[in-house]
Amino acid sequence: MEAYSNLMQAILDGEFVFTGELEPEKTTNLEELVEGAKPLVGYAVACNVTDNPQSMAYMSSLVASYIVQRDAGMETIYQLRCSDRNRLALTADILGAAALGLRNVLALTGDHVSLGDNPGAKSVYDLDSALLTYMIRKMVDEGVDLAGRPIHEPPKLHVGVAVNPNADPLEAEIMKLKRKEVAGADFAQTQVIYTMEKVDSLFDAYSQYDIKIPTLIGIFPMKNYGVADYFDKNIPGVSVPKELLETLKKASEITDKKKRKEKYMEINLDYFEAFVREIKKSDARGVHVMAVGYEEMVRELIARVRGKA
Amino acid sequence: MICVIVVEQKPLEDILEMVKGYERMLVLGCDGCAGIYQVGGEKQAEMLSSLLRMGEKTVHNKENSKIEASAVLRQCDKEIVREALENTIGDYDVILSMACGAGVQTVAEVFPETPVLPAVNTKFIGMQDRELGDLHERCRACGDCILDETGGICPIARCAKSLLNGPCGGQVEGKCEVGGYEHDCAWILIYRKLKEFGKLDQFMKLRLMRDNRISQSPRDMKGGIKYTGGGGE
Ligand code: SF4
Ligand code: SF4
Repeated sequence: MEAYSNLMQAILDGEFVFTGELEPEKTTNLEELVEGAKPLVGYAVACNVTDNPQSMAYMSSLVASYIVQRDAGMETIYQLRCSDRNRLALTADILGAAALGLRNVLALTGDHVSLGDNPGAKSVYDLDSALLTYMIRKMVDEGVDLAGRPIHEPPKLHVGVAVNPNADPLEAEIMKLKRKEVAGADFAQTQVIYTMEKVDSLFDAYSQYDIKIPTLIGIFPMKNYGVADYFDKNIPGVSVPKELLETLKKASEITDKKKRKEKYMEINLDYFEAFVREIKKSDARGVHVMAVGYEEMVRELIARVRGKA
Repeated sequence: MICVIVVEQKPLEDILEMVKGYERMLVLGCDGCAGIYQVGGEKQAEMLSSLLRMGEKTVHNKENSKIEASAVLRQCDKEIVREALENTIGDYDVILSMACGAGVQTVAEVFPETPVLPAVNTKFIGMQDRELGDLHERCRACGDCILDETGGICPIARCAKSLLNGPCGGQVEGKCEVGGYEHDCAWILIYRKLKEFGKLDQFMKLRLMRDNRISQSPRDMKGGIKYTGGGGE
């Protein structure tokens, strides 16, 4: 297999990879995003750039991915949802992405548009994540679009998919991942998990269904107690371990701002360094750190895991 | 269990606004789908006409509006509509139909001189649960039925995203992210059913994209449709 991206090359080389996450918002100014990506260069091999997360109408992930690569020198994983685009628009965006030098796409079905900030919008779902994967594969490998029409100079990029180890029933989720593997996914990133138990049950299921997609485990260091509490209460199907939540709560009571910040760092590093070291022993091929706006933490975590490895 | 086109009466204020400027109105019920579950049948037409009479007086300050009610067996049948109304249609400025959108347009086609307005919103093809009095959408008339592959549970009508390769990441313990985790996730229902049938291989299969031309509106079925009047004659 040929690698078009640094991410894929690192995976093929057997490195334990780290990816980060960046979130363009409702703005035309990407300075913060670019500045957030810079400290991670040399630490994370690539960063996801979210596409209308939670169905919020934000700046185009295609454009943001390009600008981050150009101005921060950080490779991106361009997220692409089926919620907002039919197969023509998806084809157009993939061709555009390849022309702009993007080398990784994350194919997502996408949250329903009624959950977002323009809830009356028409949702599309002409394709789903498995079919988008299938389409991109055809474009890259066969040089044709979904209808079989030839592409003059086909795109060269890798397609990733998402998998949720918290899903219940897990078997249905794993079978769906199997479809995505059949469709041709190159790599997978998981939703946030906090325990090895989830990691192990995921890879047990992988072996049961003979799934071999290189997979990065999603983790979520939490910048402060507010973020942790919100996540715990509002993201269905996953909860922050009680003890960790308690420790963060205690830290939130520290009045000195600097000390509080340090404490949060310490708590996160304690928990996640140990967790990532354990993940490293599993079949995981890396970790996807979904700590938007918490670069110092992401950088330090990666440095520690690498340093003492 | 029966299957009907589900309609729901529009708010009275909206209907009053719609009929502003008309003097002689016929509220026309339909004893087909709309009548079966008591939303747009003869009784409801009568009820709506008396509400309108009151409304005309109190809201529009009009004392002399003539508002009558009647119903036909099926408003989606041109012959039935013609026979029922051809002698009296001249008595009205406007018809306020309580049938589905197909009924409204049938009446309008039969009597092109008379405006026909909708008194209901047409919502979906529904299956009725008589015990609870609920109506549920089970089919979207997609034109290419795949119930054979999905354990008899329709992902087009019952999955909020009409996915062919669900469940999506939005399902939590079998409930759908759309509508506050109240509806069952269609794809988990499908998974469970196919598991029960020992057909999980069918579940795992990648289903390729649809040819959306099949459900491209407007849709027709031309010629060769023999009318029997129902009852399997
Ligand atoms: S697949 Fe669903 S929407 Fe299509 S015809 Fe069958 S039941 Fe109806
Ligand atoms: S949760 Fe289930 S029913 Fe709802 S959109 Fe996703 S797959 Fe469809």
